[in-house]
Amino acid sequence: MKAGQIIFIIILAVVAYLAYKSYSKIIYNIRLGKANRIVDRPKDRWRNVILIALGQKKMFKKVVPAFLHLFIYLAFLLTQVELIEILLDGILGKHRILAPVLGGFYTLVIATVEILSVLALVATSAFLIRRLILKIPRFFQSEMIGWPSKDAIIILGLEALLLFAIFTMNGTDVLLQGIMPEKYPDTGTLPVSQFLGPWLFGGMETSTLMFLERMAWWLHVLAVFGFLLYLPISKHLHILLAFPNTYFAKLTPKGEMDNMPDVMSEVKSMLGLTTDDVAVGDGAMDELPEFGAKDVMDLPWNQLLAAYTCTECGRCTSQCPANLTGKKLSPRKIMMDVRDRAEEVGEQMRKRPADSEEVFDDGRSLFDYISPEEIHACTTCNACVEACPIMINPLDIILQLRRYEILTLSQGPSDWVPMFNSLENTGAVWQLPEERDAWIRQ
Amino acid sequence: MEVKTMAEFQSEGIQPELLFWVGCAGSFDSRAQKISKKLVEVLNMAKISFAILGQEESCTGDPARRAGNEFVFQMLALQNIETLNAYAVKKIVTTCPHCFNTLKNEYPALGGNYEVIHHSQLLKSLLDEGRIKVEGDVFKGKKITYHDSCYLGRANDIYEAPRSVLEHLDNEIVEMHRSRANGLCCGAGGGQMFKEDEPGNKRINIERVDEAANTGADIIAVNCPFCLTMMNDGVKEKDKNIMVYDISELILQK
Repeated sequence: MKAGQIIFIIILAVVAYLAYKSYSKIIYNIRLGKANRIVDRPKDRWRNVILIALGQKKMFKKVVPAFLHLFIYLAFLLTQVELIEILLDGILGKHRILAPVLGGFYTLVIATVEILSVLALVATSAFLIRRLILKIPRFFQSEMIGWPSKDAIIILGLEALLLFAIFTMNGTDVLLQGIMPEKYPDTGTLPVSQFLGPWLFGGMETSTLMFLERMAWWLHVLAVFGFLLYLPISKHLHILLAFPNTYFAKLTPKGEMDNMPDVMSEVKSMLGLTTDDVAVGDGAMDELPEFGAKDVMDLPWNQLLAAYTCTECGRCTSQCPANLTGKKLSPRKIMMDVRDRAEEVGEQMRKRPADSEEVFDDGRSLFDYISPEEIHACTTCNACVEACPIMINPLDIILQLRRYEILTLSQGPSDWVPMFNSLENTGAVWQLPEERDAWIRQ
Repeated sequence: MEVKTMAEFQSEGIQPELLFWVGCAGSFDSRAQKISKKLVEVLNMAKISFAILGQEESCTGDPARRAGNEFVFQMLALQNIETLNAYAVKKIVTTCPHCFNTLKNEYPALGGNYEVIHHSQLLKSLLDEGRIKVEGDVFKGKKITYHDSCYLGRANDIYEAPRSVLEHLDNEIVEMHRSRANGLCCGAGGGQMFKEDEPGNKRINIERVDEAANTGADIIAVNCPFCLTMMNDGVKEKDKNIMVYDISELILQK
């Protein structure tokens, strides 16, 4: 076994272990949410996965970014095929093990990777220009200050590094194939590297070429491993979670708010509408029930999945009428807050003894992240829901928080009190002296 | 104006074809009352037998539910469903997309199942079938822009019915930059109609009126009594020479 092989296998094992740890944390955090069985309409759900996650249908609301994003995405998908070979080569200590086996098909795959990589390089540059030079407003709102902005730049930088590695690797390989065909199997004609290779590396010593090829190969491997470990702490988790998130997304009309069955049965018995003899006040209701959500544990798990899926693109916020008119509400911030709070709760929960039966309480809640002013500004217009390319629904969370505020805390905008009173007493939103059908006689 | 209630029909032993759900705005808001009357005109012209609930109608509960007050919502909704089911109501028309959305999408979970249509859908089919026709030429030569309400549009994916109603007019129709699924809210939904704005630098209705004014339109056509109020307030505040009408008022002009 060669030294390179041993190093590769050790790195692979360490990366696999670290990845297992950090991805387990994400799953743990998502499962902090309330149980919510989603098993209906599997066909429609798969349709959403195929059209919206895989097909990126909703990205195409903005055509230019959609194509740029598609280039990076396809390059990423196809690079995974190449990754299989890298793993095999690394473990077995071979060089381009699949080239002689697959022949023409191998050339096709690598050629496609090369073309997509060029397109991805264009896209990555364009995205960096958007963030660093054009400074598109939605990337510079208050919730993006600090880590979220850095995160985006790091990812784009990592992508650029990966592309640089791919072309150095292939470019030097093309030349080495001519020098040592027995060690460097024929890859067929590569569309980019056949020109780029001789142009950049032509005339170099064979040993320099070999060194560069190895360096680029390792850079490629390490960039991919780095990416894998970086994903769980970054907004880039969407490349994985977009699939489950679109599967579990809401299918009912956007205008429909979920019913609250507990409140319904209580109101029914209050109105004398219930036929079955429910024992009211048998002690089960001694403790006042909590309604709505004050923390991540009160939200259904799929909302936490959505929070981890959010890639902070800000399309929601750029469409939000409240945000557009200077209000504090930003739907993107709602998702980021839910994720940050889930991280915080998860971190503390994992520190507790496994058999702890106490209800978790760190004296904090989602309301330490999201102010009433934010949730009060929402017009429930669904523009954020419509705008999200991967079917995240910030509105549902806002409504859950409003329910908690009104039903459990009996707080909320004071302007709403007369409306609630009027609704309760007269059945109309306004308290008015006239009768409901007076308009007929006017 | 003669409009019968469900109770009156019942005492005659007749089941009307359609229930007109008037809603709070349509009942109490003086501007929206005109739309209620317009729809009565339309229904009479098309010879559709219809009733209202009259005093037996309550708010559907939409603003309470969206404000977070599920108790008040359930109270109103369950009472309304009792009433509707007692009269064996099958089909409902509303002039308000909020009532429409709640009756159509949210009452089934509480035991209220009805066929619910918005008056823009009714107008479309009556115009298409030739049962009503455009009357009057008060708005001749005026440019119209159509404002999508959130609860008819995004909430229920109804974008074309109101537009096809407007196509029956000879007027030029212009689209705002943000329209259909990308339409901008008027600022009233989610209980905002009944509270002061949160601190910001502009009112949402002003933002929308600015956008409408940029199209050069003389008329903003709406399908929602709350959008109507918001757009009217915006137009007044900006001192724009733009009129705001419900689509029914553009079909039967007086």
